[in-house]
Amino acid sequence: MTRYIVNRLVQSIVLIAFVSMLTFVLIHSAPGGPAVLLAPDMSKEQIERARKDLGLDDPIPVQYARWAGLVVRGNLGKSYSQGLPVTDLLARRLPETLELVFTGLALAVIAGVIIGIVSARKQYSWTDKVLTGFSFFGMSVPVFWFGLMLIIFFSINLKILPSAGSYTLGVPASILDRLAHLILPAVVLATANLAQIARYTRSSMLEVLNSDYLRTARAKGLRERAVMNRHALRNALIPIVTVVGLMIPRLVSGVAITESVFAWPGMGSLAVDSAVQRDYPVVMGITLMVSVLVVVTNFLTDLSYLFLDPRVKLK
Amino acid sequence: MEAVSAVPTPESVAAPALRKRPGVLRRFSRNPFAVAALGYLILVIAAAVFAPAIAAYDPNRIEMGATLLPPSADHWLGTDESGRDEFTRLLYGARISLTIGAAAMLLSVILGSAIGALAGFFGGMVDALTMRLTDAMLSIPIFFFLLTVLAVFGSAVPTMIIAIALSSWMTAARVVRAEVLRTINLDYVAAARALGAGSWRTVLLHLLPSAVPSMMVASTIGVGQAILTESALSYLGVGVQPPTASWGNMLSNAQNYFFPAPLLAIWPGMMILFTVLSFNFIGDSARDTLSPYQN
Repeated sequence: MTRYIVNRLVQSIVLIAFVSMLTFVLIHSAPGGPAVLLAPDMSKEQIERARKDLGLDDPIPVQYARWAGLVVRGNLGKSYSQGLPVTDLLARRLPETLELVFTGLALAVIAGVIIGIVSARKQYSWTDKVLTGFSFFGMSVPVFWFGLMLIIFFSINLKILPSAGSYTLGVPASILDRLAHLILPAVVLATANLAQIARYTRSSMLEVLNSDYLRTARAKGLRERAVMNRHALRNALIPIVTVVGLMIPRLVSGVAITESVFAWPGMGSLAVDSAVQRDYPVVMGITLMVSVLVVVTNFLTDLSYLFLDPRVKLK
Repeated sequence: MEAVSAVPTPESVAAPALRKRPGVLRRFSRNPFAVAALGYLILVIAAAVFAPAIAAYDPNRIEMGATLLPPSADHWLGTDESGRDEFTRLLYGARISLTIGAAAMLLSVILGSAIGALAGFFGGMVDALTMRLTDAMLSIPIFFFLLTVLAVFGSAVPTMIIAIALSSWMTAARVVRAEVLRTINLDYVAAARALGAGSWRTVLLHLLPSAVPSMMVASTIGVGQAILTESALSYLGVGVQPPTASWGNMLSNAQNYFFPAPLLAIWPGMMILFTVLSFNFIGDSARDTLSPYQN
């Protein structure tokens, strides 16, 4: 067990180095360099001096080594376009994004697992068809379009929910106000992701329900509740742990679209802006942070297999 | 109540063995949603293929005298902000969106299955290396990665197909690997190996088939995701570039004219929704049809 954890730790560090290197090389090979150097009022000399100050004339491996050296000491550099330390920007944006992601994910998991189990147990019934139809809608609808439709319906026509931001400016902060702002983006995020959970739950549950060992469990006279809880659910939920584990980085990516539709002041919109502006330190900072989050999530997902499926042994 | 009905009666247990199962097509045709979806997709694909023959207009011809017209006999779905025929642009948009979606999904499922099967079957170093690669790919915020790649390499259609495929094979790989790991220690696989089945035969005939139902679900999600990714990238302005019509970039234009012409924001979204929905219905129905334990 200890050996396994040490192995994973080493792998994780290699992985994070690989991801950051790949992104670093990719973004630094963009023609023209960062957008701050494309300002029309800058003279050739100014641009050259700026490039030199930012160290952009050094070979890419040298630049990467310098960046990594600072990162190890907790310094992510300064944003080219905003002049602020990247750590400050991230510290301000991260809580907003986490609030949205976790609310959306919690809604998606609860609704998705329930929908999946009910659909599987009543396969081909009308309940199954309606629920399946709903999750099909969720996975087929373009997130940005669904967001716009909700804004039009709830914010413009009914005027009951705010359409943008995470709180009302100039009003004393209140939980109700934050919740009101959270509802639409969280519902959009959950709708887009619950479908995947519901489909995997249904498909995995159906496979288990049709399995021979479940027939055996029933044949030996177990009550239906015990058959479901002890034999069916436990095995059916294993693939779902993988799916949820896999969804978290996707959620972080997908949240970019939701955040830009709802003008949510989180990391998603920061990520899109900095990629378009080629604000290297911000791009790298976000990539690094998401990589660490994902490595931790993957590790927890793999560990959960140990408890869920005794046939799985970690090497 | 249901607890009673869920317990199989001797009759229902014995039935599959005694009754001959109806053919795949027969079973597929029992699902009216899947049949409707197939009909719709055939229609959309035909319309996309024969777009130049069907459409009465040039999709990119700008006509400043006829902007934001409501639907009429001349312009079935009205015109956009530059006076281009909306129906024509939807047809040409279908060409782009379907091509990118199908090609990217196919590429990513082939790549993902191969990698997942390798990892699960050989285990050890192969497994460690391929799974670390999968983790690495999953650790890059994918959408953000696509934005960066398309910003650096441009957004021509082949570039988008390859970029979307390279960013989406990981789910297929993990599903196949999990399925191979689950089945590789089962008795029937051991029996096949004991009878002298080689590696290729074991993987292709004994391990991969059990992954087929899961892969149906995964590739279904794959087509949907690819079309949705393309439309989101185009919506954000880094995907298919105007004046070429794609459903995504038509939506980002329409967003600016919501009050004078709300319908322009509805059509492309509906096309994406129904097309992706159809792929999903068909894939789901195929899963039920192909699963060996159901009739």
